[in-house]
Amino acid sequence: MASKLRILVPVKRVIDYAVKPRINKAQTAVETAGVKHSMNPFDELSVEEAVRLRERKAQEVEEIVAWSAGPAKAQDVLRTAMAMGADRSVHVQTPEAGSGGAAGELEPLGVAKMLAKAVGEEKSNLVILGKQSIDDDANQTGQMLAGLLGWPQATQASRVEIKDDVCTVTREVDGGVETLRAKLPMVVTTDLRLNEPRYASLPNIMKAKKKPLVKKALEDYGVDVKARLRTVKVVEPPQRQGGQKVEDVDAMLSKLKELGAL
Amino acid sequence: MFSTVRNTALRQARTQLRAVRPVSLPHQSFVARLLSTLAVLEQREGKLNPGSLAAVTAAQKLGGSITGLVAGSSIKAVAEEAAKVKGLDKVIFVDNGAYDKGLPENYAPLLVENIKKGGFTHVLAGHSAFGKNLLPRVAALLDVAQISDITAIESEDTFVRPIYAGNAILTVQSSDSIKIITVRGTAFPAGETEGGSATLEEGVDPKADTPTEWVSEDLAKSDRPDLATASKVVSGGRGLKSKEEFDRLMPPLADALGAAIGASRAAVDSGFADNSLQVGQTGKNVAPQLYLCAGISGAIQHLAGMKDSKVIAAINKDADAPIFQVADVGLVGDLFEKVPELTEKLKAQS
Repeated sequence: MASKLRILVPVKRVIDYAVKPRINKAQTAVETAGVKHSMNPFDELSVEEAVRLRERKAQEVEEIVAWSAGPAKAQDVLRTAMAMGADRSVHVQTPEAGSGGAAGELEPLGVAKMLAKAVGEEKSNLVILGKQSIDDDANQTGQMLAGLLGWPQATQASRVEIKDDVCTVTREVDGGVETLRAKLPMVVTTDLRLNEPRYASLPNIMKAKKKPLVKKALEDYGVDVKARLRTVKVVEPPQRQGGQKVEDVDAMLSKLKELGAL
Repeated sequence: MFSTVRNTALRQARTQLRAVRPVSLPHQSFVARLLSTLAVLEQREGKLNPGSLAAVTAAQKLGGSITGLVAGSSIKAVAEEAAKVKGLDKVIFVDNGAYDKGLPENYAPLLVENIKKGGFTHVLAGHSAFGKNLLPRVAALLDVAQISDITAIESEDTFVRPIYAGNAILTVQSSDSIKIITVRGTAFPAGETEGGSATLEEGVDPKADTPTEWVSEDLAKSDRPDLATASKVVSGGRGLKSKEEFDRLMPPLADALGAAIGASRAAVDSGFADNSLQVGQTGKNVAPQLYLCAGISGAIQHLAGMKDSKVIAAINKDADAPIFQVADVGLVGDLFEKVPELTEKLKAQS
């Protein structure tokens, strides 16, 4: 008897992938005020995959819960997740970044600890996360969560199949792909090749406004999310002196020789 | 990038003359004496993965003693190979076929046991598929943060890493007692694999069960140099228009240069090239002597994976393509003409 799927999909609000980040004057962080934000692209893939699991009907999906920790505006990405097909959301509100104090960014370990609690509360048996957020580029949260729960993990998934509680995942590895199999419950993180996320239609965006969104505070989880890492500074990468153009292939070859590249 | 901890005495002397900067060096030097690093090395079918030796190079920059760890079936030969790697003082080996596929479900407990037993202050692994998959799980089990994909070491607790697809460089200081770190291979090139004489020691094997079953793998076979470590890379993008054109133009160019082949996300998504060839924020990071690309516009996600290349050359028909802002040599033109011409002229020269 296959159990019903109760999927938890953590999503993160990040600076939009097409925006070139600017570093603040104090060199303490990347400027986020007044910058376009959207759902982390890998998290869109997670939501999409959860919704497709429901549509494929290989195993009954009882519920898809989107979850996010962040400032008030993180609700925007939760609404997006619900417009894409998540049933309801949980928002853990954190103070606005740059508002002083220890508000700053949550670290993957802290998020993983909260998620481990959330999994218990929601009785989730499948957590689908993005493989990394495109701001911090850490690539840690899913693995940490699996470690804390003692669950199997399949990271960088490009294909997920679930049948009779057995989850078969093809993952992107160096040089190709590998396939793993494990019984639920499980943690999966998504790679770009997993699917093509849908656009939320206007009617679905309207419907999503009525879907339940529960607000929580960091304290509700009772876990230690204190930062272990202190930002010393954030600086611009060294600029390349590019921009030199040549007329033809011969000029390209001689320039490359001059630069010692050939 | 310099060996900070080994120079502590010198730096301390210098810093005392320069009293303006409050640096906690006395504390650091105390730690330095106890500093010991575990470098997690990868093996595949009885062969040491040289890419994973970036962890050893990084550990040498930290200073202190360096221990390598290898695990898998009939591991003794790999351990002996690792023992010759310059910089390693000791190699811990765990002979058990259960670790062959690097499944984090049992490999993480294995590391945790050996980290605890060895009292390591730093644990380093390459930021490869293996390291990325495994180390965060280890960090969670030890209740410490992880620092991913570092490109430089400032001191035993302070590290540099790119964020926002390499558009910002973050320096972080860790307050954890054990530092769990993945290192960027292109920032810490593998050192010498000969000349070392590490001692061998059998590690503890907790023999944790893994709920995960390894089913199969499908690796792209290629005689070309490995993309991540190649000294030359030729890379194609959407401008190649089709898989047929990609396969017609890129391999001969790569052969003429002895280069590895890479691709942009657009080319991979369109099916021109295999996923494993993707260069960029979510693909591979490369930093070859020469990165020669054709038909790639230069989106920030792509630049993230190649802008540390020594020399960048680009062929693109759009003179305003962002790739030209980072290219040392840019040629505006139709790649369907220029690439074959370039290939012919390179062949004629060699």
